[in-house]
Amino acid sequence: MRSRLALLSALTPALALVAGLPFVNRLEPVVFGLPFLLFWILGWVCVTPAFLVVAYLLLPAAADRSADGERR
Amino acid sequence: MTTPLLVILAFIFVSAAVGVIGRGRGEMSLERWSVGGRRFGVILVWLLTAGEIYTSFTFLGASGWAYSRGAPAFYILAYGTVGYIISFFLLPPVWRMAKRLGLHTQPDFFLARYNSPALGSLVAIVGVVSIVPYLQLQLASLGMIVEIASAGAVTSHLAIVVAFALTCMFVYTSGLKGIAWVAIIKDVAMIVAVAVIGIGLPSMYFGGVGQMLAELVRRHPAHLTLPGSTTTMGVGWVVSTILLTGMGFYCWPHTFASAFSAKDDRTLRRNAVIMPLYQLPILLVFFVGFTALLVMPGLKNPDTALLALVTRSYPGWFAGFVGGAGAVTAMVPASMLLLVASTLVAKNIYRPLKRGAVGEEHLMRAARSFMLIVAAIALVLALWSPNELVKLLIFGYDGIAQFFPGIALGVFVRRVTARPVILGLVAGEVVVISLIWSGHDPFLGLNAGFVALAVNALIAIGSMAILNPGLRAGARVPETQH
Repeated sequence: MRSRLALLSALTPALALVAGLPFVNRLEPVVFGLPFLLFWILGWVCVTPAFLVVAYLLLPAAADRSADGERR
Repeated sequence: MTTPLLVILAFIFVSAAVGVIGRGRGEMSLERWSVGGRRFGVILVWLLTAGEIYTSFTFLGASGWAYSRGAPAFYILAYGTVGYIISFFLLPPVWRMAKRLGLHTQPDFFLARYNSPALGSLVAIVGVVSIVPYLQLQLASLGMIVEIASAGAVTSHLAIVVAFALTCMFVYTSGLKGIAWVAIIKDVAMIVAVAVIGIGLPSMYFGGVGQMLAELVRRHPAHLTLPGSTTTMGVGWVVSTILLTGMGFYCWPHTFASAFSAKDDRTLRRNAVIMPLYQLPILLVFFVGFTALLVMPGLKNPDTALLALVTRSYPGWFAGFVGGAGAVTAMVPASMLLLVASTLVAKNIYRPLKRGAVGEEHLMRAARSFMLIVAAIALVLALWSPNELVKLLIFGYDGIAQFFPGIALGVFVRRVTARPVILGLVAGEVVVISLIWSGHDPFLGLNAGFVALAVNALIAIGSMAILNPGLRAGARVPETQH
């Protein structure tokens, strides 16, 4: 469970940077002076470390278990 | 004209000296030379990763793309982040396998995981063949940077020869540890230079970044949304390129090798957490490219946009500083590429040919000799055919990314054996070469390398289902566990 959550957290920004692009390919609204497409990409790059920290904190316990849940 | 020249020379010589001194004390072994004795903590790994990704091509290419293509350049900001996210899961198990089995190189990994000398040699050859144009590109960029920043006082050929000879010297003596020390100079200088010009130039000409962007939208309304000022680089191209280059990011022999130099697997995860923030200077490089487009449109070679605008806008000593930073930014990746290519040739091509009769000390000497040979080849190519670069580099990146299924399946799927991976890899390389050669990149609006990677993955997974039945599907690869 924890490793699934870690995967989900880490993959969120990757999805936003890849699958999100078709929906944000526009100039408006301008945020902090940046056209929206650039703001979207920049914003996700900036918050990626936060999502990865969550994954990092979730993982240590999970990494000690093998795939089928037995204690190694 | 002498001020910028002196600043650039000082940069190059001081960096080389630091690289030689950075060797430290004690006997040099191949383990120490090529992977730093596998003792690097989070700071050194970070420096090396930064050293690898911030190449002179980032400087010139990102500003050049922002200048000539516009929004498609944004992929450069995104793909590294995708690459780090993938590395967060991929590199720790690779590290555990490398540690357990004493691996030094990427072909070592394929050889050990798949127990297939054929796959090991195939990966070694594709790796070296792809590194040479990358190395050549670094040298050509270095020549261009120094020539423009010194206002022609140093020709590009002279700059390439001098800087590269010094680079070879510190790689030869110090190996990876020396490179890490030079990377410190490079990173500090590069960040200072980019911060000053990325904020300074838009303010100088337009009163601020926001005003500059508003002016850009007014004059070139299509430049900042996809496909920007291109006809082929639409959303599909950018998405497929981010996926391809993100997955290919850690497939390069030298980036993959960061899994060998780290002191533990958690170091690699922590590195992946902080690295995305290091992408941010690329944004500033875009701003320089945009400003250049407004201030000096119509440049023949867009890759010169950043340097042309800097020499026009700042006093000589600062142009020299940017030139020196740029030169070191080429020297560090070049040194890393040299180190990895020569270790790879010595360990994974030369030693198998000698059929095992090669001791550690012999191998170390061989690696240093091959370093000089690889350096000579790249130098000759950089001096005499610098214009064929970009196509070769595209081949390189697309070719290297084809390793991804073999690495990911190798780490996460126990039942996969060599044959499905070889079939996929060969199919992927054939698709890359035929699509690019026949001028079909982009293909159906997608990056040709991505199309090849999809074919590669489908064939690898499909033939795995046929060739490797029986073994329990969910089982983990034992060497990657704690």
